[in-house]
Amino acid sequence: MPDNILMMKNITKLYPGVKALDNVNLEVQRGEIHALVGENGAGKSTLMNVLSGTIPYGQYEGSILYDGKDCQLKHIHDSEKLGIVIIHQELALIPELSIGENMFLGNERKGKLGIDWDETYSQAEKHLREVGLKDKATTLIKDIGIGKQQLVEIAKALSKNVKLLILDEPTSSLNEEDSKMLLDMLLQFKKQGMTSIIISHKLSEVAYVADKITILRDGATIETIDNESHNIDEERIIKGMVGRELTNRFPSREHKISSEIVMEAKNWTVYHPVYTDKYAVNNVSFNVKKGEIVGFSGLQGAGRTELMMSLFGKSYGSGISGQEFLNGKEVHLKTEREAIKHKLAYVTEDRKTNGLVLIDTIAKNTTMARLEKVCDKRGIIDIGKENQVAEQYRKAMNTKTPSVQQHVANLSGGNQQKVLLSKWMFADPDVLILDEPTRGIDVGAKYEIYCIMNDMVAQGKSVIMISSELPELLGMCDRIYVMNEGSLVAEFESAEATQEKIMGSILQSGKKNNTDVQKDA
Amino acid sequence: MNESTKVSTIVKKYTMTIALVVVFVFFTLLTGGRLIYAQNISNLLLQNAYVLVMACGMLLCILTGGNVDLSVGATLGLVSAVAAQLMDQSSMGALPTIIIAMAIACLIGVWQGFWIGYVHIPPFIATLAGMFLFRGLARVVLASKTVNIQNSNFINTFISYINVPGMDNKSYHLSALITGIVVAVLLVIFTFVNRAKKVKKNYEVGSMASTIAKVSIMSVLIILYSWELANYKGIPVMLLWILLVVLIFAFITSQTAFGRYFYSVGGNEKAAKLSGIDPRRVYFWAYFLMSVLAGFSGLVVAGRIGSVDGNMGNTYEMDAIGACFIGGASAYGGSGTVPGIMVGAILLGVINQGMSIYGLPDEWQYVIKGAVLLIAVIFDVVSNHKVGKA
Repeated sequence: MPDNILMMKNITKLYPGVKALDNVNLEVQRGEIHALVGENGAGKSTLMNVLSGTIPYGQYEGSILYDGKDCQLKHIHDSEKLGIVIIHQELALIPELSIGENMFLGNERKGKLGIDWDETYSQAEKHLREVGLKDKATTLIKDIGIGKQQLVEIAKALSKNVKLLILDEPTSSLNEEDSKMLLDMLLQFKKQGMTSIIISHKLSEVAYVADKITILRDGATIETIDNESHNIDEERIIKGMVGRELTNRFPSREHKISSEIVMEAKNWTVYHPVYTDKYAVNNVSFNVKKGEIVGFSGLQGAGRTELMMSLFGKSYGSGISGQEFLNGKEVHLKTEREAIKHKLAYVTEDRKTNGLVLIDTIAKNTTMARLEKVCDKRGIIDIGKENQVAEQYRKAMNTKTPSVQQHVANLSGGNQQKVLLSKWMFADPDVLILDEPTRGIDVGAKYEIYCIMNDMVAQGKSVIMISSELPELLGMCDRIYVMNEGSLVAEFESAEATQEKIMGSILQSGKKNNTDVQKDA
Repeated sequence: MNESTKVSTIVKKYTMTIALVVVFVFFTLLTGGRLIYAQNISNLLLQNAYVLVMACGMLLCILTGGNVDLSVGATLGLVSAVAAQLMDQSSMGALPTIIIAMAIACLIGVWQGFWIGYVHIPPFIATLAGMFLFRGLARVVLASKTVNIQNSNFINTFISYINVPGMDNKSYHLSALITGIVVAVLLVIFTFVNRAKKVKKNYEVGSMASTIAKVSIMSVLIILYSWELANYKGIPVMLLWILLVVLIFAFITSQTAFGRYFYSVGGNEKAAKLSGIDPRRVYFWAYFLMSVLAGFSGLVVAGRIGSVDGNMGNTYEMDAIGACFIGGASAYGGSGTVPGIMVGAILLGVINQGMSIYGLPDEWQYVIKGAVLLIAVIFDVVSNHKVGKA
């Protein structure tokens, strides 16, 4: 009989019109790392909300056995009392407060009168050391990087005497290095006897840390796979997630690249908008040919987004210098409007904060970047035409929604991404810049977005793709540029590129920079 | 969709309209029918003209992100003070007075729009400053006195009634009723021609039944209203001014690219900027148009009252803001319609007038108005909760 710390039995949760969870079972053994995987909307987060008491007892069916006892969790405090702590994907830290204040937020160390600050900070620092952070507990959250913030969240969980730690997409905003560090820490905690549940889309990480993998699909448990040897085949997991064998994760296409260069940047240099003496992009030159998909690889903060945004009508940075050419002619794009008119489109990385107007309809979002296309000369919108256009794109993109009058906020991540793509396809660009186009969306939707990219280049347009997922770049691109710390450090034809070569070029450039610094000193 | 959800969505969509009907019936009963006397119905819109006009501008400001313009009452005061002094001290004619007064309103608009749009002064602070500035200037212009307006051309431009010789007499104004019927008929024709056009082009249209229901309710209301007007003094010129402003703004916000930008910037400023919309311009225009409308309201109110003093327009901004929020504009920006805020403004007007006719003491009128505003915004926040806003 295995020693189960947690058994969730026949959990069913109904939302109006939707069965979010349908008789889900989850067994977690004491001291293991249990991964929960599934496409978006499979019910992973709902299940964890049931477990943490965010969805209170009584609003779902089924039972939860924790440490062998039946639990009726009505509030997040109830689960925390039992040592169940959940860390959400979006970090819940307050930027203007210190690490220590954040750590004991809602759980303050009280003295005789008010808060005992000495106790707060000394305990906070103790937990910080446990997660390997050397920062002082009085440091403000906004002054530390996102990787460290994630660690502070974990330290906060430790301060609550956590026995079962739940991490929802902990590495989605971390770079590879920070991700690795975080995963290794989980393995370290496992040795000390802690149990964790990790939700992740990154299957390589799941394979690396998880002892068992439970797959959810459409609100139901599909299977639990053993992964004690930590070498499970990713295709095996994907098969369970999508319910079919994805023989090819990337759609094939004919490579019809002409020699004609449609976009080129020469000696492009951009400074940080606030710290105006700091390079964001340092002397970068690159080109894109007609019908080509060009990838940009690099760690987070390598300057890829900054490069593209500054080329897109100076939407980022200060002191921009260098030359930008479109279709062989030099252009000076001063606003986003001019960039769009010159047939450039930039699909933002963060679709919710930078891409879509969530409270508007799909139709209004679709036409937003080139509203004049559905207007007459006097600027009066033809609403009927607008809806028709939106409907066309909905069909072409296979966006799953009953109507284009639906508010974008009601769509799933993958479908939102499709609306965002519709918007920029409608702008009719020659060069489409995609910044992390598949982040946070499921395998099936990813495949559809790859197909859309292929359609674009088949029409003789060009695509620039920024991505942090190397397999995706290798699978989709014709050429890959590698950036590190604001500079271009390598360029590969996709045929000759490998993950090792790309990572290698990043690491080498990092070393080179360090030695440069030493020389200067 | 089954019947019950259909009913609930209709109720949700037209909550404020239903509330308006309920409140109207309530006060009609409470005042023993005095609320629907022809004189009272005719005065309802005229008394609230400044609210209806300024709410249009305030909607634009609120759309940009829940920002309001606190200075409009003071702007109204300053513009009307200038107009009164031009006619009184300089004995200027009505037309040049109106032109100069409106030019000043435009200047105030440029001033506010520039600081808010291009220098990024938070709207709350910029307009709070404007509130003091323009109030003070208005008193300077008036030399702290009350100035009477004697220019009858000016007064007639805003508050006369249309009188067609032969058709109208002292007790009955047939022209009003005829105009009402013509407008109703045009509305019906326009609605169905428009619908037919859409069907022909294969565009999406609402169901025939709902179109008929909507257009017939509207037509009946228009005819009833014109009948009431006919029984009083006929069509007031001020009504035409109000309609002009409201129709222009309804058209701008729902049918033009320019209007759409206010919604985009308020819904997600960053996304709008990256889509090639310049938020600075949008802010500029919101506050510019707001000031222009406030100035125009100043002329209308000055004409109606017949004199201007240093307190002219005091707290009028709150009426305009209240009308917008009661009418369903989101306190977070990005949503709200001109027809919606018109319902809000009229609802406020009915409550005001109903309470006055009933003779409720002033202090309780404030309490009731506050409660209505709070309930309306609570409703907005709670009903939007599901969408993830709030």
